[in-house]
Amino acid sequence: MSAPLAHRYRAGEMHRFAAAGAEFVYLPSAGAIFAFDEATAGILARLSAGIVAHGDLVAGLVDDGMTAADAEGLLRELRLVRLIEAENVVTPGPKVDAPPADYPLQALVLNVTNQCNLACTYCYEFGADKISTQTGKPKYMTPETARAAVDFLLESAKGREAVHVTFFGGETLMNFRLLKDVVGYADARAAETGRRVTYSLTTNATLLTDPIIDFLSEHAVGVTVSIDGPQDMQDARRVYKSGKGSYEVILPRLKALIARHTTRAITARVTLSAGVTDVVRIYHHLKHEIGFHEIGFAPVTTTDDGHDFGLNGDSMGAVLAGFHALADEWLEYALRGQMHGFSNVSETLSELVSGTNKSHPCGAGLGLLGVSPSGDLSPCHRFTDADEHVLGHVDSGLDQDKRADFLTRGHVGAKYECTSCWARPLCAGGCHHEAFVRYGDTGHANLHYCDWIREWTDRVLDIYGTLAVRNPDFLDRFADRKGLS
Amino acid sequence: MKHLKPLNAKARRIEADLAAQDNAALEEDVVALQQAPRPHVPLGCSLSFSPGWEVDATGGTAGLCQPVERDIYDCYVTCFWPVQVADHVNYSPDWASNCAAATKDWRNLDIVFP
Repeated sequence: MSAPLAHRYRAGEMHRFAAAGAEFVYLPSAGAIFAFDEATAGILARLSAGIVAHGDLVAGLVDDGMTAADAEGLLRELRLVRLIEAENVVTPGPKVDAPPADYPLQALVLNVTNQCNLACTYCYEFGADKISTQTGKPKYMTPETARAAVDFLLESAKGREAVHVTFFGGETLMNFRLLKDVVGYADARAAETGRRVTYSLTTNATLLTDPIIDFLSEHAVGVTVSIDGPQDMQDARRVYKSGKGSYEVILPRLKALIARHTTRAITARVTLSAGVTDVVRIYHHLKHEIGFHEIGFAPVTTTDDGHDFGLNGDSMGAVLAGFHALADEWLEYALRGQMHGFSNVSETLSELVSGTNKSHPCGAGLGLLGVSPSGDLSPCHRFTDADEHVLGHVDSGLDQDKRADFLTRGHVGAKYECTSCWARPLCAGGCHHEAFVRYGDTGHANLHYCDWIREWTDRVLDIYGTLAVRNPDFLDRFADRKGLS
Repeated sequence: MKHLKPLNAKARRIEADLAAQDNAALEEDVVALQQAPRPHVPLGCSLSFSPGWEVDATGGTAGLCQPVERDIYDCYVTCFWPVQVADHVNYSPDWASNCAAATKDWRNLDIVFP
């Protein structure tokens, strides 16, 4: 009359990995990492062929010498963590949460100018794939606009004790006077309400002078330098309008920057493009010959045809091989308790330490907005001055409908291909801007680098597992790390 | 947790959540039928061979052949008990998926929202 419900189990969604002789699992539904024991491995092995009944799993464990009570306890533990799930569990469809309308702003990227003294051939602001529509718009941000932006930031950041301003361009230092003005104004306005403002900037380093460096150091302005590597690589695409390379100009200024700026880590941000793929050589040059504290790499953004600077499959293979070589070095350092400067590992690792599980690939449109020289708001600095992507103005505030549209389309739950990918908690479909350039839609998953993301995430998980076994204290150093670039 | 070791912040939160659930289960949040003063015991199930809201020969529930919580499956699986439980045929096929052992996991039998 009353047939009991017979439970049958299948394996839950997971990414298994092994390191340093131990077995681990990464759970994409939560972003959690667990080490597991032999009994758990046995259960997963039994479930690898398909669905198994509760009673059969218990019987198998009892045959292996476990008591029935312990066997039930094991299954319960695995079930609650969702390493196993009942076969009749219906996985809910991906949910696209409505973006919160009152999400407090955390950071603004001020495009203090859209002008640049270099003419890098791959530039997303001026190059072949540019999306900005600059004609007829101001070239330099005025102090009034910048101050309105600061007011907007502080007003929109309710509840936050500290906010962040990033200066960006064009070439940021072509409007250094404005930068100084903003720092003074923002510090004073924030102090009125007992808050703090932190600063950073990105520069090509050509216009750095000792007084500028001293100002940046005095106000703890974090500096990221866009640089591609040793002279032959830097001068391949980071050139003046005349075609002349920029390496010789920036070298002495970088040495001065690293020597005099003592309050924040100085980081290098390398764009990898055709012919500029020897990441090991680039890293060692920037780290040991120039002296940057950290070096991060990202492939150039380009359309599908790649122009003459895009990376094809072969060159991406070379890049990954170099990444793995640097990851080996990173791990060797970490096992000795030393910090290595390859930030692609450090950044991913710090996200794994906290168990990040992203609804969106980045904070664009959420806690972060870009501001164009005219005061238009955009999801981030990569969209400034592009009419199609304007989300409001610093004087009139955010257009909530446009913002909601951007965030709804960019939500990982809206990207069908991501729903079955174990790396989605960290990737969430990848850069909105890159998706727009390549697919014409900011909400499109960046399918051209899925394999690459999974391989890299797996590699950093391997490092994670190794450290968890051999130097677990080292992982604690990443608990409070914030993104540097 | 005996078989899994949490290694990052999110995993530690899951562990803490589960520990909190277990602690809640140990708290006396349940009115047992044996306690005094004895709650109202409805009559029922006397016509079927399945324990429902019934008492044993001594007037308690300790001597029943199956735990009283067991009867909820009769509501759910065979639908003979005329109370409202989740529709496991159409809308809530996984309603009891986290309740493998009713005596332990019955708290996981949650209300459902249409």
